[in-house]
Amino acid sequence: MFDALSDRLERIGQNLRSRGRLSPADLDSALGEVRTALLEADVELSVVRAFIEAVKARLDGVALSQSLSPGQQVIKAVHEQLIEVLGGTSLKVTYATHPPTVILLAGLQGAGKTTTAAKLARWFKQQGRQPYLIAADLQRPAAVEQLRVLGSQIGVDVFSAPTDPVSVARDGLAEATRIGRDVVIIDTAGRLSIDEALMAEVKAVSGATTPHYTFLVIDAMTGQDAVQTARAFHDTLELSGLIVTKLDYDARGGAVLSARGVVGRPVVFASDGEKLENFDLFHPDRMASRILGMGDIMTLIEEAERTMDKDVVADAAGRMMSGQFTLDDFLSQLNQVRKMGSLGGLMKMMPGMTKDIRKAADNIDDRDLNRVEAIIKSMTKAERTNPTIIDGSRRTRIAKGSGTNVAAVNQLLNQFKEMQKMMKQMAGGGALPGPLAKLAPMAARAQASGQLPSGLGGLGGPAPFVSPAKGGSKKKKKGGRVTPPKNR
Amino acid sequence: MITYVLIVAATLVVAVIIGRRVVRRRSQRVLAAPAHTPLPAVLVEEATARPDLVAVDDSLSGRLGASRGVFDRVRSSSGRGSLTSEQIELVEEVLLRSDVGVTTTQQILSHLKTHGAPDGLVVALRSQLLALLGAGDRTLNASADADRVAVWLFVGVNGVGKTTTIGKVAASQVSSGRSVVLAAGDTFRAAAADQLTMWAERTGADIVRGAEGSDPGAVIHDAIGRAHARGANLVLADTAGRRHTSTNLLDELSKVRRVADRTPGQVLETILVLDATTGQNAVSQAREFLAAANVTGLALTKLDGTARGGIVVALAQEFGLPVKLVGVGEGVTDLRPFDPVEFVDALLEA
Repeated sequence: MFDALSDRLERIGQNLRSRGRLSPADLDSALGEVRTALLEADVELSVVRAFIEAVKARLDGVALSQSLSPGQQVIKAVHEQLIEVLGGTSLKVTYATHPPTVILLAGLQGAGKTTTAAKLARWFKQQGRQPYLIAADLQRPAAVEQLRVLGSQIGVDVFSAPTDPVSVARDGLAEATRIGRDVVIIDTAGRLSIDEALMAEVKAVSGATTPHYTFLVIDAMTGQDAVQTARAFHDTLELSGLIVTKLDYDARGGAVLSARGVVGRPVVFASDGEKLENFDLFHPDRMASRILGMGDIMTLIEEAERTMDKDVVADAAGRMMSGQFTLDDFLSQLNQVRKMGSLGGLMKMMPGMTKDIRKAADNIDDRDLNRVEAIIKSMTKAERTNPTIIDGSRRTRIAKGSGTNVAAVNQLLNQFKEMQKMMKQMAGGGALPGPLAKLAPMAARAQASGQLPSGLGGLGGPAPFVSPAKGGSKKKKKGGRVTPPKNR
Repeated sequence: MITYVLIVAATLVVAVIIGRRVVRRRSQRVLAAPAHTPLPAVLVEEATARPDLVAVDDSLSGRLGASRGVFDRVRSSSGRGSLTSEQIELVEEVLLRSDVGVTTTQQILSHLKTHGAPDGLVVALRSQLLALLGAGDRTLNASADADRVAVWLFVGVNGVGKTTTIGKVAASQVSSGRSVVLAAGDTFRAAAADQLTMWAERTGADIVRGAEGSDPGAVIHDAIGRAHARGANLVLADTAGRRHTSTNLLDELSKVRRVADRTPGQVLETILVLDATTGQNAVSQAREFLAAANVTGLALTKLDGTARGGIVVALAQEFGLPVKLVGVGEGVTDLRPFDPVEFVDALLEA
């Protein structure tokens, strides 16, 4: 998500990084690029203007820092400003003293309200609450049915009646109170925001239920219209926050910035997939890092620390660094990584991944990993330690044993050889090939922004095996292996 | 695919290790944040004129009131001959706000700069927009070969209104005397088939549906078989909304199209349904769906909202994709053929 924006800012960053000082002309051209990037990302024009002004103000008053290059300073300012606009801090949901806590979802047609209602219910259930869904969307054919199906998937009851939206909401609320549910989520009919009748309807539903929270569900792909929508709903309903959906698309998500900028309410939740579990609290700081192409390293490390077996990782790391990396190590590493979830999801959090690599990662079938495991497990111990002894007949045997074919075995072996080379290079102090080379400048920027209290902050500095300069110049891709598939 | 798995695994592992090593080593080096005044909660107060909520008149011009409002300022600007930088800025703002996009906007601007506006700004802008929208074939082709059934396939991302569009198309085709079979090819979204069934009941079209999660190709195949057996003229095939960034889902769509194009079926139209509120992402959607399903035209939905649908200009310009249908309301009959002259006139008429 936000890929193109981060690509663009990255390019700006590179231009500036190559210069020593930031002249007023430099600043203007940098901000011009930021403007275009934001517009291409669908950020609304007035929001763009305000954003640029704010960034400029940040840079204007401050003397050029000694420790930061001018480029880093621009990026730092943009990054901080992004965090501020995206919400500063996350809104914390507090529960009503007299349950149930009532949550009203509103939004345009097709923004994903119904799915979001179910995802939100699932989220509250995970927090140990007893949610209840009210299907007050009587407009779209089968919307009620859709919510019922989703509700049964997550084990949450759905209330609806073929009367009118206001009665449905009121009766549903009474029912929720009667059976002692503590969170009630009301799904309303999609509307086109200028439709007076439907706006009146959602207002009536809101009036009848006095919700504690009113969330606007907004599609990350929305264009300039996002502000109109947000403002229209805010005027009618007094929103408490935004929920952004479809962040798994390649939309740059400027709509989030626009809506946030206009109504001044934080983005609270974000949804990034069709599955009901693809939903979580929105993290403005992490999102800002993502926009700048820093990846979501914080989440990644948190996740790694939680799931990985530290001893196994440290052990293999030692051997990796000394250049003795065997197929056994690889397998154990692979299994550690797999514990963290699907590779596609993990790749999205990695910094420095190009759009194409992300796309490729998105399409990785976890069954491929099973195949890799089968191949390695079909080797003898000696073969795993020293793959060079694997000749034609051994290959055939391994292919048969793993239920794959010789080509697959060859592919694995060749790639393993490449990996070994990569490890040796690292151990020997060389630059990292391919996507890893990008880690260095990313981390430098992350450090510049001061956003990584305990992350990769120092990587761009004195770390022995990567220097930003080298990383930048040695981006040549090895044997085409990280070459992404042709654009379709 | 395995290629990436290996690279990815190695990359991740290394990154995590590096992260851990650094955490241990790193001394606390905190950068002093420069003081700045915090932003007000609401960043932007200034508003473009919001269309009033009073019901609009029934003409397309009225329906497009929201879009038209944006162009008010251009219309009131009485520039002739060469343009001032102020006017250029005005046009830029208007185009950007309509989601035309940075690239196409720059193109229009540079044309205006070189050619000026001898007959006034509105006329120049109007002819530019019309030229960019192109002539293109905007008719919907339903004449299949002898003994074959015409198939119109509807594709797009989630939530753009594919199913509703099919319902409306079914209504107009049935009322113009065709016998129509709907194929509920969206087997993913809960209750999508129910929604289409309601449309079938409303319009009197026939429908073929499968179980939730069943193979969409099979459902469409069955629908074509049924249409053929009963001598129906037209199959309208729904597909599940899908991310255009997933090769797997696009491959599935290619397969669905292949299946639908097998005798007795014949795919004559593949309509990409686009939501008028969509911004620049529509370009990416069009590119991927064009490659995967050989899109023949666009249906632009939800144009009755405040959205301007300017992205259509960029799409016509970049891919030569004609808009064939426009959805301007929620009623069964609120789907009409796209007329570029009417569209641009409605935006710019003085």
